[in-house]
Amino acid sequence: MAEYTPDYVGTVTKYVFVESPTMTPGELALRAYEASEGVLIKETCFGLQVTGEPESVDRLLEEIRSFDPTHIFVKDRGFPPGDPRRCRANLGGARPGYLGHEREFRLLRYITRGLEELGRREGDEAEPAPPETKPKLDIKRLQELIDSEES
Amino acid sequence: MAKVFIYPATSLILSDLVARFGHKPLGAALGIRERIQTAGVDSPPLQITPEEPKRGLKYAAVEVPSGVRGRMAIYGPLIEEAEAAIIVTEADFAFGCMGCARTDELILFTLRQSGIPILELEYPRDEDEGIRFVAAVKKFLAGLEDGGEA
Repeated sequence: MAEYTPDYVGTVTKYVFVESPTMTPGELALRAYEASEGVLIKETCFGLQVTGEPESVDRLLEEIRSFDPTHIFVKDRGFPPGDPRRCRANLGGARPGYLGHEREFRLLRYITRGLEELGRREGDEAEPAPPETKPKLDIKRLQELIDSEES
Repeated sequence: MAKVFIYPATSLILSDLVARFGHKPLGAALGIRERIQTAGVDSPPLQITPEEPKRGLKYAAVEVPSGVRGRMAIYGPLIEEAEAAIIVTEADFAFGCMGCARTDELILFTLRQSGIPILELEYPRDEDEGIRFVAAVKKFLAGLEDGGEA
């Protein structure tokens, strides 16, 4: 068994997704580079990956979010950028995990709409109701069903 | 700031909303990062070593397949650490092999047994549902600041 020596120890990597009618991933990358101050930035087709010390990454993300708050989304990533175990340059095809991102990416416009609407209603007492939950099967009704099947 | 477990644990939307509203999302990436950044014996692709199924014994019985116990070694400590949880039910992309499916069931069971505040939702299918989705998450997370009850 080979010894494993990790890279980028003590750093955090985060994905930045941009789903905006006014900003492309390329533009986002250019503006992020200007504010990067030592944080490693990798441009992707959907946005960016940023890697660095936790405090530096948090500061940069705060800056990046301010570019377009309701259209920029952030999540953690376990692997550093370009890791041969995950990078599609080594594996071919879509990176593992990409398909999940692609699925949620299509829903981001609804989340954006929600964030915009809540921003407008800030301070308003009349908040929208939470999603309706389906009524669950009553335990007595279930027992009746079982009894009727058995009889 | 509360630690909020998210399910699906790789969810971009949940991770973003929890962080956006001032809390710490606990997802799969944190557990994976810990393993990726720890020196030891090379065990690609995720640095899951034979030790993980042993650690998973804390969360699943010995007759449960090692694949489930290995996965629970990642998720179990995060669930223990969590002070609240947000679950998206019927998340169609959270499918996988039988090991993933059984681990997902065990994660949901463990969360519901833990007694922490839980918000259960479905992914929005249109803009109105999007508004209600974000409002529900925001209200739940705001309630956590008031002492953990939502």
